[in-house]
Amino acid sequence: MSKDVLVIGGGIAGIQASLDLAEMGIHVYLVESLPSIGGKMAQLDKTFPTNDCAI
Amino acid sequence: MRGKKPQADELRIGVFICDCGSNIAGHLDCSSVTEYASTLPGVAYAKENLYTCSEAGIGEIQKGIKEQKLNRVVVASCSPRTHQPLFQNSCAAAELNPYLFEMVNIRDQCSWVHMEEREDATQKAKDLVRMGVSKAAFLEPQQDIEASLIPRVLVIGGGVAGLSAAGSLAAMGLDVVLVEKEVEAGGLLRRINRLAPHGEKASERVLEMLLSIKARPNATLYLGSRVEDVSGYIGNFEITIRPEGGEAVREKVGCIVVATGAVPLKPEGLYRYDGTRVVTQMELEERLAAGALEAQRVVMIQCVGARSPEREYCSRICCQTAVKNARFIKEQNPEAHVHILYRDMQMYGTENEQMLCDARGEGVRFDVFSPDQPPVVQEGKVEFYQPLTGEMVGIPCDLVVLSTPLVPRDDAQALSQLLRVPVDQNGFFLEAHAKLRPLDFATDGIFVCGSARYPANVQEAVSQGLGASSRIATILFKDKLITSAIVAEIDPETCVGCMGCMEMCPYEAITYLPEKNICEVNTVLCKGCGCCAATCPSQSATLRGFKPEQLMAQIRAV
Repeated sequence: MSKDVLVIGGGIAGIQASLDLAEMGIHVYLVESLPSIGGKMAQLDKTFPTNDCAI
Repeated sequence: MRGKKPQADELRIGVFICDCGSNIAGHLDCSSVTEYASTLPGVAYAKENLYTCSEAGIGEIQKGIKEQKLNRVVVASCSPRTHQPLFQNSCAAAELNPYLFEMVNIRDQCSWVHMEEREDATQKAKDLVRMGVSKAAFLEPQQDIEASLIPRVLVIGGGVAGLSAAGSLAAMGLDVVLVEKEVEAGGLLRRINRLAPHGEKASERVLEMLLSIKARPNATLYLGSRVEDVSGYIGNFEITIRPEGGEAVREKVGCIVVATGAVPLKPEGLYRYDGTRVVTQMELEERLAAGALEAQRVVMIQCVGARSPEREYCSRICCQTAVKNARFIKEQNPEAHVHILYRDMQMYGTENEQMLCDARGEGVRFDVFSPDQPPVVQEGKVEFYQPLTGEMVGIPCDLVVLSTPLVPRDDAQALSQLLRVPVDQNGFFLEAHAKLRPLDFATDGIFVCGSARYPANVQEAVSQGLGASSRIATILFKDKLITSAIVAEIDPETCVGCMGCMEMCPYEAITYLPEKNICEVNTVLCKGCGCCAATCPSQSATLRGFKPEQLMAQIRAV
């Protein structure tokens, strides 16, 4: 059984899934249709309520 | 003196100046900064790169380490928050200790903020590089800290969130210890009737989850038991579990899940609540489950004891509960009249939206009321002010159902103290970051899921349980815990045990050893914030990588 994982979509959900899988020692292939990852969150300025820079 | 500066002839510092495309080079003269860097004491090699973080840029660093025999690397580019790990790993791959790397930010705090001042920006970049190089001369090699991990997890609470986490953890092959204070697991789901939107029996669903966990040899259940004591830290917690009236049991675990849930508020003194003709949604659920609902005319009142001065938060799930139960009443008895008095309907998500729409179609009535003029429960009717017509309206009814919020359990506070994790102003457990770390506590190795964190419906509790178990897998699937060497240390020779550092430490990583009259840092708990180093009157507490001589070298170079 292949232990590699394909994650489709590089928004915040896809990135978090990829990071956690990679931390677990699983090889991840992250595929995103746009030239850069980050999705909607990368377009935000700050995140409520902590005002962290979204990017 | 600790951290002695190496002899000047030993030093071979490589400085890599990044153009960051036009982000840096567009606003200051990178070639001039590079040339300047090559003249600084100890610098053996300076190189300008278009993108230092690109494969080519990393290649230049590694080539420099090998061919120029560099023993320190300084990269002047962007933010260490985003790129330090990449550059450190690149150094390590070229067999240079990653802690002999120093980063200088000439983008975020220089080129970006001085866009129309090319000459001054160039001068400032030179100053910043000089500071970085001066500090680099004092850097020392460090080894990452390693600690053991026990591949076993404590789940506190056997409701649907805890069962979800425990089931998933056990399925991943980790040992699970589930502690539930009631004699039967299942939490609130044992008391509620059916689940929206498909109507499956809640108790059956939870029993299924429980049985699948019981069937696993790597799951241990302690029912009718409480967690009495917790010590240790991530990877190595020691737990004392006390079964009701029994002998205490000790368990060792690597991680902990808090899934202690919440309880519906009993609305004593509100809306003539009596538990018979005026009941809570939970009591209605119990009647529905027992098939003992006889009422023909039901009025539900939302936000009872919630969104008020004494309890400001919205419990979020009571609107769904009310609509779900209204529909079940209509399903059992289509002639029944169900009227929901609300302030705002909180029906988030497509399934809930659809459920609200269906309820309206099935004849459930909805009317809004203002918190300034709440409905009044009277004998055989509920009277409320109808803001659209400006009139008082009386709805005859034989049962009033109050939608009350979930409130934290009485013992949540005690558990928060035991685990040293925070609760919020409402008494719910507080996660590390509302958006980006919703299931982690700020304390490593402890996680939260379900209504212990905030009122959650079944779907959310299950998802959060699964999420917490994945978070734990990221830790316990490794053989050992490896953490950054940038931690504090306390010199036992000069420490006088004043304990000033202990009070400052936000991570409770410092302990006092009375037999030696000194303080000691637990390097696994330490996050390297430096509060202790800043407060220590004798400079006995220092932070690796940020020692006084290293910082002073940097400051003197300004």
